[in-house]
Amino acid sequence: MHEVAAVPPFVALAYLIAGVLFILALRGLSSPASSRTGNRFGMAGMAIAIGTTLYTHDIANLPEIIGAIAIGGIIGFVTARKIAMTDMPQLVAAFHSLVGLAAVLVGAAAYLTPAAFGIVDAAGQIHNASRIELGLGVAIGAITFSGSVIAFLKLNGNMSGKPIMLPGRHVINLGTLAAILGLIAWFYAMVAPTIDAPWLFWTVIALSFIIGFLLIIPIGGADMPVVVSMLNSYSGWAAAAMGFTLGNSAMIITGALVGSSGAILSYIMCKAMNRSFISVIAGGFGADAGPAGAGGPVVDRPYKRGSAEDAAFLMKQAESVIIVPGYGMAVSQAQHALREMGDLLKKEGISVKYAIHPVAGRMPGHMNVLLAEANVPYDDVFELEDINGEFGQADVAFVIGANDVTNPAAKTDKSSPIYGMPILDVANAKSVLFVKRSMGGAGYAGVDNEVFYMNNTMMLLADAKKMVEEIVKGLAH
Amino acid sequence: MDFVSILSIFVMACFVGYYVVWSVTPALHTPLMAVTNAISSVIIVGALVASAEAIGATAKYLGLLAVVLASINIFGGFAVTERMLAMYKKKERK
Repeated sequence: MHEVAAVPPFVALAYLIAGVLFILALRGLSSPASSRTGNRFGMAGMAIAIGTTLYTHDIANLPEIIGAIAIGGIIGFVTARKIAMTDMPQLVAAFHSLVGLAAVLVGAAAYLTPAAFGIVDAAGQIHNASRIELGLGVAIGAITFSGSVIAFLKLNGNMSGKPIMLPGRHVINLGTLAAILGLIAWFYAMVAPTIDAPWLFWTVIALSFIIGFLLIIPIGGADMPVVVSMLNSYSGWAAAAMGFTLGNSAMIITGALVGSSGAILSYIMCKAMNRSFISVIAGGFGADAGPAGAGGPVVDRPYKRGSAEDAAFLMKQAESVIIVPGYGMAVSQAQHALREMGDLLKKEGISVKYAIHPVAGRMPGHMNVLLAEANVPYDDVFELEDINGEFGQADVAFVIGANDVTNPAAKTDKSSPIYGMPILDVANAKSVLFVKRSMGGAGYAGVDNEVFYMNNTMMLLADAKKMVEEIVKGLAH
Repeated sequence: MDFVSILSIFVMACFVGYYVVWSVTPALHTPLMAVTNAISSVIIVGALVASAEAIGATAKYLGLLAVVLASINIFGGFAVTERMLAMYKKKERK
């Protein structure tokens, strides 16, 4: 028998400790103050897991393994140092794809040499239970990989954020999913799958790559926060499935943690858009308006346009300003200029707060990271439910690069695609300054925003960063 | 470990995950995704087994490639989380 089958107790204990350290890593994130300690716990857990594995296996090729870790480690470390904070959604999508692919590779290696993983029976075939775990593991891994690649390309702008709708896609998708599950069931039931149907396992992988691709192409840019969270969840389930195959508690605990984490984030994002998870997955949202707002609505309604000086003047007179950042701020990298503006206003004795909608940006918490990067203290940054009541007392709501999350149509217009979505009530402020590139292209949902045309709204039409820099100049003298 | 004890660990961990993740402050959701990414690369354990013990050459190289990919994630994920968390600062009290 192989040593994997008879694990000495101290090894099982070590993996359990690693799993507990991972739980503490997530627990630390309940507040920024404890978060860094949490991250260290995570690193310690990983070191224990890797160390234990290396210690308990007869390793003939240690230099090769160390080399592989070093290559990956250097690539990962350098990327993490260099990446711009605005590009975090892409980076996370890319990382998910790697976890998915690693799961597929581990699954394939286990299929080829099951003895090394201690999952063979007396007849030299893989245990039936392990076949299900392996099948599901590689399938989820492959879906995570190809889905994340598409999400990465969309987020990185290599591919249009517009949904790509294939005719009959629901039938194709459901058919492919059914085929994958059917093949895994067959794989389970066969007497000797490696001999009778060696193609079967590889077909499961190939079909899963295809379904991951098909699932993500019809999903539009605005739904990316949900997609990224969902893929996060999948990468966890893939790790958990592999954990079952190996009987490794660290992998199972981690997989379950990551799986639930992604699922909860998807749920939070869906709720913040008042959409069902199914409708997001079905895709097609925002089909009419891309980021460029191609062929946006012809604007014939009167609106007030202001200059940076007007905006600076208005804010100097104010007692309180609430800033509402959105994806447009990230695109134009306006967060540093924005913080400078906030500092100047504070110097004048004006209260400055930031209001963040849960789906602002392209991934959960995206805006918070960008503001933190620009040195905005986190206790000036508020979530929707905590600040929404304050717009009524605010003198100025400064909306920068956000649109749909401020649209009152979500409350009033039942026919609107965003109806029912919780919004930031910027319209309640005494005046609204709305920084926007142009009047065309009304957000991802393609709906016009009533706020543009209100009497107390001043539209500041320019690139977000340039506009804020101009305002900073206006405030300075 | 037998299947039932593994399954119990899994089910319990799902519950722990549920409660722990709900307690994460929304401001840290991006670091949460980055760190979950890093820890899900614990799959490197499987990759190490494959590359260390594999009898066939193909499986060994699949394993080594998986070690590289998982290491990118582990080092990249923890480093980028650390970098982000270092940016969250409290207001300076006067």
